[in-house]
Amino acid sequence: MSETDLPSALATIRDDFLALEQHERLVLLLEFANELPELPPEYADHPDLLERVEECQSPVFIFVDVDPGDAGGGIVHLHATAPKEAPTTRGFASILVQGLAGLTAQQVLDVPDDYPLTLGLTEAVSPLRIRGMSALLGRTKRQVREKTAA
Amino acid sequence: MTVETDASPAFAGYAHPERLVSTEWLAEHLGTPGLVVVESDEDVLLYETGHIEGAVKIDWHTDLNDPLVRDYLDGAGFAKLLSAKGISRDDTVVIYGDKNNWWAAYALWVFSLFGHDDVRLLDGGRAKWEAEGRPYTTAATTRPATDYPVVERDDTKLRAFKEDVLAHLGNPLVDVRSPEEYSGERTTAPAYPEEGTLRAGHIPSAQSVPWAKAVADDGTFKKPDELNAIYRDGAGLKDGDSIIAYCRIGERSSHTWFVLTHLLGFEGVRNYDGSWTEWGSAVRVPIVKGTEPGAVPAT
Repeated sequence: MSETDLPSALATIRDDFLALEQHERLVLLLEFANELPELPPEYADHPDLLERVEECQSPVFIFVDVDPGDAGGGIVHLHATAPKEAPTTRGFASILVQGLAGLTAQQVLDVPDDYPLTLGLTEAVSPLRIRGMSALLGRTKRQVREKTAA
Repeated sequence: MTVETDASPAFAGYAHPERLVSTEWLAEHLGTPGLVVVESDEDVLLYETGHIEGAVKIDWHTDLNDPLVRDYLDGAGFAKLLSAKGISRDDTVVIYGDKNNWWAAYALWVFSLFGHDDVRLLDGGRAKWEAEGRPYTTAATTRPATDYPVVERDDTKLRAFKEDVLAHLGNPLVDVRSPEEYSGERTTAPAYPEEGTLRAGHIPSAQSVPWAKAVADDGTFKKPDELNAIYRDGAGLKDGDSIIAYCRIGERSSHTWFVLTHLLGFEGVRNYDGSWTEWGSAVRVPIVKGTEPGAVPAT
């Protein structure tokens, strides 16, 4: 995928991080953490529908909805929840929730797997922790694949 | 010691009660000259969501580890870090954090490698402070920079390397990981990322004592008689033993190192920070699978 194909919301988030000093990147990540929306009630009441992302150090659960549509055309909705004691994980989830909003299934599958590594957070957050976000993206894509497989 | 110790009777039965402070003590002593409070968490952003007033943050990944070599920062790096945080060599440092002080104990152990004399844990950590409704602030802490001296790290007394563990076989080893990691079912703590260790199991003869056994429900350390039942009666540790503790990367085992050294008074306990991520990938080191400690191989 060429650089210009990165969905605009994801590109904007990346550019916002890269424009900041290291410490301010943490502050921005915290803002994302605070913006993670509550789960819709139908999922909040049904924890069995949620998938735990084992690769994250703190418990985070995701659920992916794909609207009906032509091949690859359905819109993806990512829902995620993580405890307030895990702001880094909440921040990672929130970046993906906002960055993937409105994208089609195919667009989500085309997001480069190394997107989390391009945010300039490896120094402020550490590479090991960034793996948690890569796992979130990977599991989101897997759910999209499963839900669009006819 | 520059700040009086916590004389709480609750700590009196520990070997070195001066290494703990209670939440009450800390609340009363905040702002005392010579006292610096340090927060050290698993989550790199937790401090930013709210911390004890005046506390500075030290992160295990980004501050204490060398970014290139798998090692801790050197004497110059430690001096630079502590100077920037406003900590002097003779300051009393009280460390607290999330997850039962898991990472706080790790930071305390690293401070100890540099011989920082007076470093203590807040018993119960963030969990107890919060449960008691004590306040946090998001206001940034600014402390005047200090001139912390360059002190070379002493890796000979409190730290063990792989070669030390091989030479140590036959003496007590404490494996503080989860039962699943000990038996070889998996190589990381349940719900933690797999970190590419090639073999699963434990070092021959190691006793399994998961680190959190030392912690009570409220996040404080268990009482001396309970700890003795776990480590002396259960794991068979005796005074005078040479003991090495290990886990996955040396963080959980620094918590056990704190318990054995400061609460139970064992001398010469070392933490093997290479731990399973090194041992489980090293060539031709002995490994035992299953729930039994297993025998030390004949040499």
